[in-house]
Amino acid sequence: MNTTRRSFIKIAAASSALAAAGSIFPGISFAEWKKQEGASGKINWHKAPCRFCGTGCGVLVGMSGDRAVAVKGDPNCSVNKGLCCVKGFHSVQALYGKDRIKKAQIRRNGKMVEVPISEALDVIAAKMKETIKKHGKDSVAMYGSGQWTIPDGYVASKLFKGCLGTNNVEANARLCMASAVTGFMTSFGIDEPMGCYEDIEEADVMITWGNNMAEMHPVLFSRMLASRKRKNNVTIIDFATRTTRTSQAADKSILFKPNTDLAVANAICYEIIRNDWVNWDFVNKHTSFHKGKTNIGYGTEDHFKFKDKPEDISFEEYKTFLEDYTPEKVERISGVSARDIKYMASLYGDPAKKVTSFWCMGMNQHVRGTWINNLVYNIHLLTGKISTPGNSPFSLTGQPSACGTVREVGTLTHKLPHGVVMKEKDRKMAAEIWDVPLSNIDPKPTYHTVEMFRALDRGDIRFMWIQVTNPMITMPKLKRYRDGCLKEGRFIVVSDVYPTPTTDVADVILPASMWVEQEGLYGNSERRTQHFDRIVPGPGDTMSDTWQIIEVARRLGFEKQFPWGEDEYIGKIWEEYRRFHDNPKHNMAPYKVLKERSGVQWPFVNGKETRWRFNSKYDPACKKGTDFDFYGKKDGKAWIWARPYEPAAESPDQEYNFWLNTGRVIEHWHTGSMTRRIPVLHNAMPESYVEMNPDDAADMGVANGEKVKIISRRGEITMKASINGRGVPPRGMVFVPFFDESYKINEVTLDAFCPISKQPDYKKCAVRLEKA
Amino acid sequence: MPILSYLVLPEAGAKEQLCTDLSTMEGCEIIPSDNEEVVVLVTDTPDEKTEETLQKSLKNLPSLQSLSMTFGHSAE
Repeated sequence: MNTTRRSFIKIAAASSALAAAGSIFPGISFAEWKKQEGASGKINWHKAPCRFCGTGCGVLVGMSGDRAVAVKGDPNCSVNKGLCCVKGFHSVQALYGKDRIKKAQIRRNGKMVEVPISEALDVIAAKMKETIKKHGKDSVAMYGSGQWTIPDGYVASKLFKGCLGTNNVEANARLCMASAVTGFMTSFGIDEPMGCYEDIEEADVMITWGNNMAEMHPVLFSRMLASRKRKNNVTIIDFATRTTRTSQAADKSILFKPNTDLAVANAICYEIIRNDWVNWDFVNKHTSFHKGKTNIGYGTEDHFKFKDKPEDISFEEYKTFLEDYTPEKVERISGVSARDIKYMASLYGDPAKKVTSFWCMGMNQHVRGTWINNLVYNIHLLTGKISTPGNSPFSLTGQPSACGTVREVGTLTHKLPHGVVMKEKDRKMAAEIWDVPLSNIDPKPTYHTVEMFRALDRGDIRFMWIQVTNPMITMPKLKRYRDGCLKEGRFIVVSDVYPTPTTDVADVILPASMWVEQEGLYGNSERRTQHFDRIVPGPGDTMSDTWQIIEVARRLGFEKQFPWGEDEYIGKIWEEYRRFHDNPKHNMAPYKVLKERSGVQWPFVNGKETRWRFNSKYDPACKKGTDFDFYGKKDGKAWIWARPYEPAAESPDQEYNFWLNTGRVIEHWHTGSMTRRIPVLHNAMPESYVEMNPDDAADMGVANGEKVKIISRRGEITMKASINGRGVPPRGMVFVPFFDESYKINEVTLDAFCPISKQPDYKKCAVRLEKA
Repeated sequence: MPILSYLVLPEAGAKEQLCTDLSTMEGCEIIPSDNEEVVVLVTDTPDEKTEETLQKSLKNLPSLQSLSMTFGHSAE
């Protein structure tokens, strides 16, 4: 039967209320609604992972005819157990925005004109050939996303790295979790969290490090609050640079000055050692001590290079290093009282308490992002609170497949689906599986994301294909990179679902399938791979990003490497990709298993998922006879790093006297290109704003809702002030969400990055304010 | 043409009365819970003015304790 727009909205309205009731009254039943559904045959439910953040909630998409009309949490998915956040509940409405891109477009005489998609694909392939011929293989680039499905990223890597021979493949996950990757690699020699979301129910203490989980990971935060309510002895500490909804719900909120989390983490370690809270048995058997280079720079100049030089140190040398970080000294640097530092140390140090630390962008978008990741691992390693239920240092991700597509498939310049381009063994494996000559795969990485856009600006890159991401909102120091895209002799292809500031700079726009309009797989923050079927027909000429790449690859002469048919390609790609991880450390579940279940965690060995890695009770990759085995490192040990406090790239001074911090809000997902087309979310949060401390606002004579100009050395922006809103920054800081393309806050930010991870710091630069 | 949905809590012991009251009001559809004192209400009105009138009537219902909006849409 046909569903009218009005009946669709009514079903969505009822579903929202039912879902809200389900989260407030666990076990609530609406038999009458079920009868209506069953009797009319109106709604059929299909499983999928949510389209938005990296939590990886399982949802059930309700179909009426060929239209998705409702969403509810999947009770069979262990991630969310039937819960959903406000974005998830309304997610299907993002499929049906009025201005959906349905046809391919090509720029002709300065104007975008609609063309058949096959013509656009011909133009792309011809332009790639011409650019490579004129400027060499490293003049073409692919910029993808943590919202790419796993097959999207896999075929992109295979085409560019295996067939074309360029390592110019990057993804926006460089902007969101690269520091987590380098943190894992330097501390453990292998990527991705050792724990799982079950840690939430097991932990006695949960500490959020610069992580507003109440808004960014609301379903996980609900699990935290539910656990606290159920167990009565759970403590939640919010350690952050501004007061948020997470601080309000926490048992204690502790604020620190930007970048000084480095000093506080060291002070916690100092206290753990001083009080002899060290788990010596664990430390002696499973850890070793190291230091690296210091004063490592900020990457703000083109062609910036950095290579760390790890050196072994003794425990005594490490202990001496920590003497600069007594709680009293760190109080002066961080603004955190020595008492609060000692309190946090006592929670980590108490052998009777299980402690989980959570973090996301606050620690990753950080000019010393790798270091702060290392330092939080240090705390867990010194106390032996790791890889056991409830004891987890847990890096969360922001996108649905930042882990699955970017970290596991390896869609970063230096990575391959297994290992790195620099290692011959890894190149050999890729060449064999991809059926390309070994010489095709270049052993030298090219550009990380910021440098890739700099190369486009300089003219070293001439062609860039951007899929499932909106860099003309998200790049820091945006003006330079937007101007770069618009320069003569640059050719930009954008695959997307809605017009954005990035499609504005495109020479070709490809209409992309969205979410459940295609079959695909995502990988979430807890090593869970989630399959979804094509449930909804896409509008117009929309085509999956995977298939777009396959079509272009074939036009470039790589039919042999991309032989699959349209009815089978996802399953075939998955089974080819699985060959890269055919070992007990990373084995992935077969396609058939993934199709049946609401997500499967890897390593998937002998039909069993692995909940806690490196612990021989749970992880079959551990050596027999060991309790823990940190098998990522050659010596089987986890590394404790001496990493100092160093300041941000740019701090407030007399001229630019405020910190600028940027981030997200619960209603909108990232740049808002999808959620701003969902009426209920758009109406709930229609416009961006600048959060000010009430005392700063009073000093400037700014009232709530009045306009303020934010000026940095890069640019300026004028927007309304929010005073005592949902977030309150301390004096001397302002906060701006980046979801609203009418207010491009990244015109103002700085493109400084962590020299190890190359992830930019969106949380710290200096601005001044004027009442507008 | 607004469409809204709410979780509606009845006054103590008044769920049945609330369901009767809501069912008889123009533009209201209900889905009562069978194991909690909660009713889902979906309202569908032709224009803002009718919507305002309906909301006033809802607020005056003696059987109704509270309304929490869960969805709002105003089609142009």
